[in-house]
Amino acid sequence: MIIGHDIVRVDGRAKVTGVARYVDDVRPDGCLYAATVRSTIAHGRILGIDLDPAFDWTDVTVATAADIPGENVVALMTDDQPVLADGIVRHVSEPVALVAAPTRDKALAAVAHVVVRYAPLEPLFDPEVSEGNAHRIFGDDNLFSRIDIRHGDADAAMAAAERDGALVIEATYRTGLQEQLYIEPQGMIAEPRADGGMTFFGSMQCPYYIVKALGRVLGHDRLNVVQAATGGGFGGKEEYPSMVAAHAAVLAVKTGRPVKLIYRRDEDLRATTKRHPAIMRYRTAVDRATGKLLAARVHLLFDGGAYNTLSPVVLSRGVIHAMGPYACPHVWVDGRMVATHTPPNGAFRGFGAPQVMFAAERHMDRIARALGLDPLAVRQANLYRDGDVTPTGQRLVDVGAGEVVRRALAAAEAPLPAFAGTHRPGGGGEAARRRAGRGLAIAWHGCGFTGNGEAAIEGKADVALEGDRVVVYSASTDIGQGTDTIFPSIVAQVLGIAVDRVRNAPHDTDLVPDSGPTVASRTAMVVGGVVKQGAEKLREALRAEVGGGPDEPFDALVARRKSSEPLRVRAQYQDQGAIWDRATYQGEAYPTFGWSCVIVDLEVDLDTGEVLYRRLVQATDVGRALNPTLCSGQLEGGVLQALGYATSEEVVLDAQHGMRNDRLTNYIIPTALDAPEMITEMVEIPFAHGPFGAKGIGEIPHDVPAAAAAQAIEQATGVSLDLLPMTPERVLAALMGDA
Amino acid sequence: MKIDFDLNGTPVSVDAPPMARLLDVLREDLRATGSKEGCGEGECGACTVLIEGRAVNACLVPVIQVSGQRVLTVEGLSRDEVLHPVQVAFLEHGGTQCGICTPGFLVAAAELLAKNPTPTRIEVREALAGNLCRCTGYQKIVDAVAAALSGAAEAPGDADLDRASRTC
Repeated sequence: MIIGHDIVRVDGRAKVTGVARYVDDVRPDGCLYAATVRSTIAHGRILGIDLDPAFDWTDVTVATAADIPGENVVALMTDDQPVLADGIVRHVSEPVALVAAPTRDKALAAVAHVVVRYAPLEPLFDPEVSEGNAHRIFGDDNLFSRIDIRHGDADAAMAAAERDGALVIEATYRTGLQEQLYIEPQGMIAEPRADGGMTFFGSMQCPYYIVKALGRVLGHDRLNVVQAATGGGFGGKEEYPSMVAAHAAVLAVKTGRPVKLIYRRDEDLRATTKRHPAIMRYRTAVDRATGKLLAARVHLLFDGGAYNTLSPVVLSRGVIHAMGPYACPHVWVDGRMVATHTPPNGAFRGFGAPQVMFAAERHMDRIARALGLDPLAVRQANLYRDGDVTPTGQRLVDVGAGEVVRRALAAAEAPLPAFAGTHRPGGGGEAARRRAGRGLAIAWHGCGFTGNGEAAIEGKADVALEGDRVVVYSASTDIGQGTDTIFPSIVAQVLGIAVDRVRNAPHDTDLVPDSGPTVASRTAMVVGGVVKQGAEKLREALRAEVGGGPDEPFDALVARRKSSEPLRVRAQYQDQGAIWDRATYQGEAYPTFGWSCVIVDLEVDLDTGEVLYRRLVQATDVGRALNPTLCSGQLEGGVLQALGYATSEEVVLDAQHGMRNDRLTNYIIPTALDAPEMITEMVEIPFAHGPFGAKGIGEIPHDVPAAAAAQAIEQATGVSLDLLPMTPERVLAALMGDA
Repeated sequence: MKIDFDLNGTPVSVDAPPMARLLDVLREDLRATGSKEGCGEGECGACTVLIEGRAVNACLVPVIQVSGQRVLTVEGLSRDEVLHPVQVAFLEHGGTQCGICTPGFLVAAAELLAKNPTPTRIEVREALAGNLCRCTGYQKIVDAVAAALSGAAEAPGDADLDRASRTC
């Protein structure tokens, strides 16, 4: 057996020996280094771009919007975002011009000598006044997207319930920006090809996004995109690399030479997309005896920033997941994604779900507090069961909510581990000023694209017999999550051969078909399913060629083959007939859902407001753990990223709404010492259409650890926080009664 | 100026400004690109190397400082295709995902192994607190280092498959 076993990751050896090639490890002959001139103001007209005459420009190439060979657009969902600002800037750090020079230092020096003259305009920063504001940023109402869900009659049910003595509870929850903080900054090399085309090599999740965007920028489609070893993505390298590629391409066209563009960390932090901040108002009627939800009105407001990027998709996932894993007969959700003059927000692990599930879980705690009930009892009274109907009208089957709670509670009975927090400096009095707390939260997460998104994408993958080896051709990249191990494992399992005889082809768009993007917890579950089909088709194709019975081992067929030509078959996603109405947001929102329960043990320092994590238990329904080590590795990384979101990762904005703490010194992600010990239970409730039962697992671990931490802080101190991040300053202020 | 030092057991000589960052000399002049740059200010640890056995961030070290000294990078951990126990443990325990932080972690772990053969898990965490990882949550990194240090690098499981995969 291969599936379900810990196959060592295929790219592991290259990574532990330092030979894996990331984009900045490659230096084509004659390569120039690029850097980006960025707006220093949030909003204004560009009056002119001047070159400082005192600077030596002899070996420097400067490019502006006028140098773009094709269209000045980063094509994605809408065509609103330019490659380079042309006449007007709409957010601080917006790209205005580009430079290329023989060395990195010269390029960076040159940037400082490009003088952009602006006539500043009044910026609009407040998302709460954006919709319909006369100050237009996007379209005619500043709405990137608006989605309303109407399930039952929430207003009538709320009024009736209130008349009948139900308790109505209303509160507003807020979450802040979060940076993906892949450890490898954004980077791309654009290299002119002999045929007049262009090859892109870089750090990315979605090679075909770049193909589509750069065809427009270059004005032709003679291009191929090759994924380098990629040092983390988390959504941050879903759409943004198209921008980096476009900039490198403009300079490569102008100079005729390979151009390498690697972001410095501060630039990456200031310029690239982040998790959308959200303001979320929940009003619910609940039964006073049990806390059972009777009706809910939810208003979600997300700040998209200055350009659309993928914001409508983020809002979509937000509205669908808004109630958390809880049944409610009458739910109305009003979702708005608005424009502001801030750097655009974009894809980030969870896509709107972590924001709303923080709110939904905090709201559960608020209900429990108001009714004097146990928070877990209130959750269990409302938790989805088989046959329950979601706000989009989807009837749920194989609900794992109850099971993940049982498994997490059982695992949490283990004694707490030794605590790194006790080793912190501070002397003997420190332990006495800390209070311990435990928090529990529950998540659901739709796997794959929403509605009939997968059918629209028609993700493709090829599987080929080449000699006695098998090669998988897909655009699904390995960004650390293990695609280059999982796909060969699936194929090897189907064909009954050793894993080391199967490999993924390089993720080069000249070689691989469009499998859809590497996002949305869809790679193993959806594309992995296509790859599995491909392996089955390959065996059939081989049998058709050489004859033989259906049960004959694959290797017996290979041995009979006379041709040495590769035998390559294509598989494509098969529409499972999801019924989904985009107009009403009613129907089968996702082919399946994952379920997760998180239990956090922490201590709060009453003098400093600092939260110290001791242990995190999660029980997460993964469908089937194709490779337990890779699977639990995703789950563990996800929860820690979420604990950073909970208590330490704060984006501090300056007057132009640029990121002021643009360094790893002051944007604080957790270290090994900040991280809790973890117990990770993989619950397997198989999904019939996933390969070997697998579900998507990439995003769900980010959904509720922050809510669990908030509940634990409340249990430890009596202080209830309804906003993220819960920084020491905010915890301390709340402890001192300023909340 | 000409600066000589020992890189992974081999004498090297570079012509570089004395204040050039060691990281740039390694990556650009010597094409030893195993050490990575994640922040350029000594916070992320992706460029961790050992100078005379001590872990430092190569992005903060002027190359003149290593003149006549021994520098060890991730490329020097394995010898003749034989992996260092820490490298084996990272493979078997899932200590590497995207891999960009891995070289720095391995070098920091190798220093710990040399100095403290029996650390607690908390001491492992302290030793690695100068290295940032965004993929793993550190759990499997700590597992890997603890396993390597206790000499139990061989994970249970299907040994044949593990071996087969390792030869890739």
